[in-house]
This record gives sequence, structure tokens and C-alpha cells, in this order.
Amino acid sequence: MTETTTTGTPATPGTPAATRPVGVDIQESETNRAVVEAIEADNPDCAVQHMPGLVRITSPGRLVVNRVTVEDRLGREWETHEFQMAIVSYFGHIQEWDDDEIVIAWDH
Amino acid sequence: MTIAPKAPRKLSMKQRYQALTRDLDWEPSYVSREEMFPYLEFEGIKIHDWSKWEDPFRLTVDAYCKYQAEKDKRLYAVLDGFAQGQGHLSLTDANYLNAMKIFLQGIAPNEYNAHRNFAYLARHLGGPGPRFAALCQSIDEMRHTQTEVHTLSNYNKYYSGFHNFSQQHDRVWYLSVPKSFFEDALSAGPFEFLIAIGFSFEYLLTNLLFVPFMSGASFNGDLPTMTFGFSAQSDESRHMTLGLEAIKFLLEQDEANVPIVQAWIDKWFWRGYRVTGLVAQMLDYMLPRKVMSWKEAFELYFEQQMMQGLFQDLAFYGITPPRHVEDAIGEKDVLSHQVYWILYQFSHAASFTTSVPNDEHLEWLSKTYPDTFDTYYKPLWDKEKRNIEAGGRHFVRGLPQLCQVCQIPMGFTEPGDPTTICQRESEYNGEKFQTCSNGCQWIFEREPEKYVQAWLPVHQIYQGNCGGPTLPDVLEWYGLQDGDNGEYVGSVDERNWKKWHAETDVNEPEGSDATTNTTA
Repeated sequence: MTETTTTGTPATPGTPAATRPVGVDIQESETNRAVVEAIEADNPDCAVQHMPGLVRITSPGRLVVNRVTVEDRLGREWETHEFQMAIVSYFGHIQEWDDDEIVIAWDH
Repeated sequence: MTIAPKAPRKLSMKQRYQALTRDLDWEPSYVSREEMFPYLEFEGIKIHDWSKWEDPFRLTVDAYCKYQAEKDKRLYAVLDGFAQGQGHLSLTDANYLNAMKIFLQGIAPNEYNAHRNFAYLARHLGGPGPRFAALCQSIDEMRHTQTEVHTLSNYNKYYSGFHNFSQQHDRVWYLSVPKSFFEDALSAGPFEFLIAIGFSFEYLLTNLLFVPFMSGASFNGDLPTMTFGFSAQSDESRHMTLGLEAIKFLLEQDEANVPIVQAWIDKWFWRGYRVTGLVAQMLDYMLPRKVMSWKEAFELYFEQQMMQGLFQDLAFYGITPPRHVEDAIGEKDVLSHQVYWILYQFSHAASFTTSVPNDEHLEWLSKTYPDTFDTYYKPLWDKEKRNIEAGGRHFVRGLPQLCQVCQIPMGFTEPGDPTTICQRESEYNGEKFQTCSNGCQWIFEREPEKYVQAWLPVHQIYQGNCGGPTLPDVLEWYGLQDGDNGEYVGSVDERNWKKWHAETDVNEPEGSDATTNTTA
């Protein structure tokens, strides 16, 4: 995890889906802090940027939110549907959203 | 008929989605599919298998209700607290609200239009997956209309410009920009609407529209708008997903869909981009405390995320970046300045106020736009400051020519040349039509029979359809009241603001020296 204050280095054209950045903007709140921490823990290459009222997390190629990791930090049960309360925006494609994980990645 | 086996105690998300969405579909028996879904053929889109539609959110009606109710509860708790604590007094400045006036007048009625059209899609799309997703979005859009109106109604008790947004949306010149954009989409077929609003607007451009507004609210003490905005944006993520699924689905269903979809992307990128000109000037000119410049927002949310992210993904299907996207990128240093300069000169006929940026603000603009501001735009403001010192803040007395497509006054410049106004002329059925850009001209010439019908506010005034021949007649027909329009300095809002913050004589009578009347 790296803290950045800039918008990051733009990807060059022709960058493969595996490294092209994806990202999610999360509303800054008490509950969401656990979600942000969980994402940081599960996505070692992610970059976190604080903007007014929200936290922006980007990651090369893929970003995953794991239910178990969030629950560990939150100290209670958390269903992945609850992520709807946190998400402000994202870029990439939501490849998977089931009971255990949410995956944002480019397909191609 | 067989009796379903006893269900396990708790279904997984996938099973619940299957049971509550897909399994509720049926094949018609006493009408044909074509009679049941009559609008799926005429646009030329070919769908072979509706079950291939993916909904990554796997949203079911019970989960939808549960989380939407929670979102509303949180929002209304904030609204109550803000109202009870006189929160409006902690804004950075009353002129910040000009951005919110434009939002309420321009966007909230279009949320309602989105509600209408997604309800239509919820009935008429050919598969249960997209129909349910469209139904959720339809209800979301209604929620957005209502929460926007509720959120901003708190300001209507104290400030001008909020009281008549719905009528103004239908009548006032600058609001015909977002209105005509959305009605262009409403009057298209269901698939074009999906690409126009679901994909081009919700996925490509929504971040440019919403996130700067919400961050701007956060930075300027506007807690309710920030909360409403994030509440709406959490739905917006689902809408983005619907838009992206829609385009992937259409492209995967049949190769013949690719050129049709490409032309819609080309058209709707530029249509939506022109509407975001209002956001551009808001970011650079209307926020007392700046969040990011239009240029930065455009580079981040469009160039980086869309051009370098999304369009590389779509290249797999043979989709190329939107036609005229280079013109949009080329404009990022000039767009906001040109739009605000127009609004500044015509705010006597608008439901918001404008003012010359103060020195600190001008400095920020110089620093943020080093290649253009000092050369092309600062001289305009310097001259206007001299005018004001000599007692002559100016408004344009005549009416501007409008672009036949985007309906913005023709104030944009040629690509690569900020000193020459861009004007494109096309002929259709022996009549001449003017457009503001290569993008708008291309859109006009592709469907002239549609755009010749445009309700252009300036033409309508000249035709006598807007209350009468004089400016006061038109302003009355617009539903403007004293204090809604004109110059901010000396306006009712500014005087009240100063009074509430005890910077001026408390006994000064309200409305005695409104500058707005002198322009009428």
C-alpha cells in the first residue's frame, strides 16, 4: 500500500487488463474505515488517496473486497450487499459480487 | 405442475437472485413475444439470448428495499440536523449556492425524466435481468428527484433562485441545454436510451458531473448536498454497472450491433460532454473554496479512467474512443472560461447570480490554467473590473445565437485557436442551421429531421412564445423574481448574508437596492 496525494501515473495506451488501474471511491465514515482497511490489507499494491468526503483506492488490474477481512476489522457480521452503502463510484468492471467477495477488474 | 423441493434455510446471493428475479419471468402464451415487447426491433439491434445479461450486483427486491431505506434514513437525519442547527449559515459564502441552483434547476427534473424512461425499460426490455435492473434504477431516479428537492428546499427558505425550478427547467434558456439533452434521449428507442443515458452519461460522464459537485459541497460547508450526493452516488454505481453491462451485452449478442452502438457512443459522448460545460464553469468559477479544476477533473475522470481504462477494454469488441473526443480534450484549458463568460454576461436573464472573480480567485485561475488564462481570459476580467469601477457592470442586451444541437450560445472557439469563434453551418430542406462545434454539426447532419425541431429559447422569444417582446416580459414568463438573477454583489442574497453575519447595518431594509432591476 502506498499513500499518494497525486492522481497517479496514467496508464499508457495498450496496457493489458492485468495492470491497467481499476479503482473505487468510498464515502469517508466510521463504518467505512474498516472497509478501507480491509481493502488495503487484501490489495497490497493499492494506492489510497483522501479527497473531500471520500477515500479513493486504486489498484493495478484488480481490486478485491473480502467479506471476512471486513468482518475481522468491524467486529461484526457484514454482508457484501452493505458495500452499496459505502461505494460512491468506481472504474473498471464489477466481475464478481457474491456472498464472500467483490472483485473489480477490467475484462480485456 | 410440480411442487418445488423444500428450499434450504438460507439461499446464497446467486440463488436468491435467480429465484427472485429470473425465475419470476414467464413466456407469453396468449400473445406473441413481439406483441408483448413491440419496441425491440426498430433500432436494428439484434438480441439472440436475453438470459446472457449479467447483473453483477445480484440485487433482489428485499435487499434493494432494505438498503435504500437505510440510505434515506441517514440522509434525512443529516437534513434535520442541518436545518435545526441553522446549518446554512456555515456555508463558505451565499454565492456558493449558485452552483446548487443550477443543479436543482438543471439536474433534478432530469432525474425525474430518467425515472420515467427507466420505468419504460423495466416494462419493455426483453429479459427479466435487465428489466429488474431498470426497475431498480427507475425507483432510484425518483428517489434522487425527491431527495434533491428536499435537500435544497431548506435553502429555499433563505435564498433566491430555488423557488421555481420546475417551471424554469421548461422555459429558461440555459436550462434548455440539459433539458434538450435528456429529451433527445427520451425520444430515442430503448437501446439508444440505454447507451445514451445508461452508458454514455452514467458510466462515461457521471463522475464528472457528481463527484465534483459533492466534493465541492463538502469543501463549502454544504453538508446536506454532500450527503444527498453520496447517497445518490451509491445508487449511481449500480447505474454505471447497468450501463456497462448494457454495452457489453449488445456488443456480445451480434456483430451487426457494433457499428450501431459505436455511432450512439459517438453521438452521446459529445451530447453529454457539452452538458458538462455547466459543471466545468461551476468547478472553476462558482465554488468559493476550490476542490479541483475542471481540467484536473477531466484528466482524472475522463482521460485516465475512460480513455486509458474503459476504451481499452471496449477495443476488444472493435469499439473505438468517441468521435470528436480529441476536440473535447483540446478544450479542457478553455471550456470553463468560455462557459462562465457567457453566463456572466447573461445572468440578468438567469435564475442565479454571477460576479467578477476576486483577486485571489483570478490568481488561482492563472496558476491552474497557465497556458490560457492570462493570455485570453484575464484581460476580459481586467476590462470588466474597469467597467465596474466606472459604474458599468455589463450584461449583453441582445439575444445570442444558439447551437441547434446543444443549445448553448455560440461562444466556443475553433479547435486549437482560442481567439476564433467556431461556427458550423449546415443546410437542410433549404434552411440553414448553425452549430457550435464539429461534434454538434456531425450530430445534426446525422439526424437533421430530429434537430430541426429543436425548441430553441432565443427563436421562441423572437416568435413571441415567451411572454412578450421585452426583457421584463420574458423574465416574468420565466418565473424570475427580484434577487434571483443578475449581479451577486449587492444582491438580496449577499445583503442577507452580510446581515446574518453582522457585517452590515441590521436595519437595512430588504430588497431596496437590488441591482437586478436596473438591467431589466
